[in-house]
Formats: sequence, C-alpha cells, structure tokens
Amino acid sequence: MSTSFAAAIRDGLATALSVDDSVICFGLGTDDPKGVFGTTLDLHKEFGPDRVFDMPTSEAAMTGIAIGAALNGLRPVMTHQRLDFALLSLDQLVNNAAKWRFMFGGARGVPITIRMIIGRGWGQGPTHSQSLQAWFAHIPGLKVVMPTTAEDAKGLLLASIFDDDPVIFLEHRWLHNMKGEVPAGDVRTPLGKARVVRSGDAVTIVAMSYMTVEALHAVDHLASQGISCDLIDLRTIRPLDWPAIVSSVQKTGRLLALDSGHLTGGVAGEIVARIATDHFASLKSAPQRLAAPDVPEATTPALTKNYHVRAEHIVEAVGRMLGREVETASLVTKRQFPHDVPGDWFSGPF
Amino acid sequence: MTELSHRLLFDMMRIRAVEETIAKRYGEQKMRCPTHLSVGQEAVAAAAGAVLEPTDLAVSGHRAHAHYLAKGGSLQAMIAEIYGRVTGCSRGKGGSMHLIDESVGFMGSTAIVGGTVPVGVGLAYPMKLKQTGQISCVFLGDAVPETGVFFESVNFAVVKKLPVLFLCENNGYSVYSPLGVRQPPGRKLYELVAGFGLKTFHGDGNDARAVHAALREGVDAIRAGEGPRFYEFETYRWREHCGPMYDNDIGYRSLAEYEAWKLRDPVLALQRTLIGEGALSEGEIAQMQARIDSEIDEAFAYAEASPFPDATDAFTDVYAGPA
Repeated sequence: MSTSFAAAIRDGLATALSVDDSVICFGLGTDDPKGVFGTTLDLHKEFGPDRVFDMPTSEAAMTGIAIGAALNGLRPVMTHQRLDFALLSLDQLVNNAAKWRFMFGGARGVPITIRMIIGRGWGQGPTHSQSLQAWFAHIPGLKVVMPTTAEDAKGLLLASIFDDDPVIFLEHRWLHNMKGEVPAGDVRTPLGKARVVRSGDAVTIVAMSYMTVEALHAVDHLASQGISCDLIDLRTIRPLDWPAIVSSVQKTGRLLALDSGHLTGGVAGEIVARIATDHFASLKSAPQRLAAPDVPEATTPALTKNYHVRAEHIVEAVGRMLGREVETASLVTKRQFPHDVPGDWFSGPF
Repeated sequence: MTELSHRLLFDMMRIRAVEETIAKRYGEQKMRCPTHLSVGQEAVAAAAGAVLEPTDLAVSGHRAHAHYLAKGGSLQAMIAEIYGRVTGCSRGKGGSMHLIDESVGFMGSTAIVGGTVPVGVGLAYPMKLKQTGQISCVFLGDAVPETGVFFESVNFAVVKKLPVLFLCENNGYSVYSPLGVRQPPGRKLYELVAGFGLKTFHGDGNDARAVHAALREGVDAIRAGEGPRFYEFETYRWREHCGPMYDNDIGYRSLAEYEAWKLRDPVLALQRTLIGEGALSEGEIAQMQARIDSEIDEAFAYAEASPFPDATDAFTDVYAGPA
C-alpha cells in the first residue's frame, strides 16, 4: 500500500510511542486538528496527553526540557513546524544537547530527536524556508538526518528516536505528499548509510532531501540522452557516508554536489572540499556544486523563479562537466504546475 | 535541631575551606581552568543540601562548587576535575564549570547563564509522570531571571505543576554588572517571578538556619504535589567574579559595601550563635576544621597524584558509538 511521507512520519511516531513507554512527543500544534501536516494527527488520543502534548511558544526552554527529560530516562521527540522557529533553541542544542556527553566525560548522553520542517516556495519567504543542515552538521555531538522517501522517513525517524545521541531530523515540506511503499512495524534504517538511487558511470551526483527529487528528474532525463549518472541520496548529513561518495567518484571521476542550503559554507562545499583534498587523483574534472544562492528567499513568486536549483540546472551542469550539449527544453515543458509549488496537491496556505 | 545546626555549620565550613584552598593554590598554575568561587555564599548551598534527599536531582551554573559539594558530590573528583585529571568527575573534560556526580543526584552544571534551568525542569517531567516523589532543584544566580529561557521554563513548570525548586542566590552582581543596570529600580525578583503563578519567597541568604527552615517547608510542599516554587536569598560574593583574588580595587563595587557584607559572614554567624546557645564549643569547631582540612589535603594530593587523560581521550565521548 502506498503511503505519503507525512503519513510515514506519523506511522514512525506511533510505532515508537507504542514500542517504548519512554518516548514522548511534543511541539506547537502537536495535538491540534491539523496535527503538524498530519504527521502527529490524533496521536494524543492514542497515547494520552502526558506523552503527546502541545507546548508553550518557548522553543529554547522546551528544547532544554527535552534534554532534561532525556537525562532522566525519556526519549523526547520535539517538532518545529518550520526549522526557522528552532533558531530560538540553538543555545540548548549547541551548548547542552551536543556537549553533554563530552563535557561530563561520557557520564550520560542526550537521546532527543528534534524534527524541523523546511519550507520552500509559495510565499514561504525569508524566515520560513531556510535549509540550515550545514549549521547543525558543523556541531560535533549532533547528528543530522534528511530523508527523501516515505520509507526512509519512517525508517530514519525510528532510528533517530532510538539513537542515543541528539538528532536533528529535517523534513522538507515539499516531500510531505510524496508517496511510496512503507513497511509496517518497527523498521529502522541505520543512520550514516547513503542510498544509491541510480547507477551510472558518467558523473557522481550527491543530493539530499528534496534535492534528490530534482536530481532524479535530471538523471532520468540525462539517461534518455545516453548519459548515465550515479545518484546518491545522503539520507544523513552527519554522520556522512564518505565511503559511498568516494567509491562512486572513483568509478565516475566526476562529482556534482547538490545542496538545498546556501552555497557559502554549505554541505556541498564540504563534500567538494573533502573529495578534492583527499581523492584528487580520482577526479577527471573539477568537482562542481549547485546550491541556493547567497541571498534569502523572497516571498513573491516573481523573485523565486530562478532562485532554486531545478532539474534543468542539474542537467546543464552535468553537460558542462562532460563538455557536451544536453537538451533541457523538454524537461522544463513537462512540468505542469507553477514553479513555486511541489505539485498540484499544494495550494497553500501553510 | 542541634544536629541540623552542626551539619549546616560543618558543610559551610567545608565549602569555605575548599574554596579558600583553591584560591590559595590557584597561582601554582596547576588548576588551569576558570574557577568561580562562592566564598561568602555558603549558607544557601548548605541549607539546600540538608533539605534535599540524595535521590532528588539538582543542576547548577558556573558557580557550582558549593552546590555540588552540598548535594554530596565527591570532593576528590571535583578537585581532580579542576586539575584536569582523568579521575575528575568529568574525566577532565569539563573543569570547574562542568561538574557532575550522578551518584548523589547532582546532574550537572554548565557555563551558559540560564542554560541548565530548562534542563532541571525537564528532569522533573518524568518525576511527575511516574510520581516518583522526587524533586528537581535548579540553582541559579540573580542574572538568570534576565534570560528568556528562565521565564519559559518557569511557565512550563507551572503549567505542568512540576516538582521544581527554583533556588536563586542573589549576590547582586553578574560578573561586574550590578543588579541596578540589569533590573529597574525597586523591582524584586521574587515579585517578578510570582507573576507566573507560583509561590515565591525572599530572605536573608546568610542565615543558614533561616534558609533551611524556609526551604524545609517549601520542599515538603513541592513534594506533596503543590508544583514549583521560587526562592530568592540575598547574599554576597567576597572574591572576584572569576579567579582567586579580591577585586574591590577595580571600582565596580565599594569597599564599604564589601566590608558591610563581610561583617555578615554566614559561617562566623552560625558559629557565634551555636556557641552562644551552648550547642558547640570552640574546641569542637577546631576539631571540625581539622577534619575538613585533612580531607581537603587528601583531595588535593589525590588530584595531583592522578594522571592526565590519555591524548586519545580528546576524541571520545562525542557520540554514544564511535564518532
């Protein structure tokens, strides 16, 4: 049976809550009639208001409270309807959650999971669209997870909840309605293992989260022109599956790193840097990256038309790396809906 | 009552002597981390230590030596930690500002003002869910009610009626910034916090027995399910904000103010009272001091004899598994 990414998240939460009494789940709107885009819908009815609850608009304290509850035996899952709200909690995440095990000499770790939803397009604007995985991945002690498929959404969420370290779980809003087969029960996808989505020998394309969807369109379009690419979906940003990238680059000799975040200081830059410094001899051409420009995302659709990296940009980049012409017009005309929505299903407002 | 008074005095004298020994030996450059001494503030810590059960939990901030010791934390492990040794309570990775001894319910102290306040409230959430009868004590200074996270945390503790004791030592200064530049004239912290809908109290933080009596009543009420309470006790830090010296020469506080507070030394005050009541003799105090001094000598010798962590330990304890 096909399940949406959002329903898979709910399935993962319900599974975690039922297999382990120490799991609790809270965040603004967790038990409201919308249930955070359906991802927490009615869980409080099933598991009770002590374990699934709404919260005051207190991102910093509630993160610290999750840390304290975790230090005293619980496994809290906290949700932010947008990543941008979680910025209020950075002190707790960086100074407490990420440091606790280290600064107390291994006395105890902090098994919390913080879900943050990343927005994009349709007026999300400068403070509802930030893809800041590089910030969190920069902090030793945090883990950073970015699922793409519905199956991974559930599997990686369960692995995150039962991981003994603090995990930042980044969900892209544009993936919430993507459908896929999702296995039943307590299925956990190990953190730190990338997924090879397509196999080829021309270029290694590394992507994460929603960028994998654009890359998939690009790779399939390239295949129709006789160019076969490796497409790697990172799944986790920290730990990052270096062996998967290295072995692919050793096969293709070419690397294109995609990033849903900004170019400067981004994850794609880290991938390019490490491959260039440690595996220079494997490269046939200079490694490339495509990322969001170094400006905030505007609200009006008039200014987001050329803001995001789309499949055609990926196709063009691969063409440049191979030194050959590629056709993109047919790919662009295939898109039947406006540029600022993920599909027909999305008509706003949130 | 006499037994309690003896305990309070002993714990205060022990904290004082530990802090003074750190100050005396700090210049040797063997304790290579910032230390925040609380000489002059011993009464609140000692009273809290006497009221809390070993099974209760506590967290604190950067000036935590007294809280750690009063809760029962190992002196040897604390001194070794300040010396950066592997036998330290945080295996040398935390230093003076990051103390922990979970075996006695001291769950950690950290360096960011207000940082452990929500952590302490979070510790209390499972206590409420499982009705364990424990309470969580959050030690804080007078700068903490300037942070947003403090008010967020108090609010949640009140909303959920959590068993939390917010215990504020108001020593009048945040580093060198007096309360007057941080709060408007006339405002009382305990009145401000009361607006969140919890009982708050205010008292002399240099009268150990009075602090104890107030906390005794409060902790019993919290344990009985009343919800959180906030206590503010006024006290004074004798030595500099960070380090072993006196800093009355740098101009942020007056010598007269310092001298006035020194006349209210909480340790001497209780000694005088107990002698006056006939509950303790000069000789018994000297015996207490000798016991304390010998324990402290042993703790410093233990720290100095302990090895440093192995260089490879720099890379451990980041994640549960291999990093």
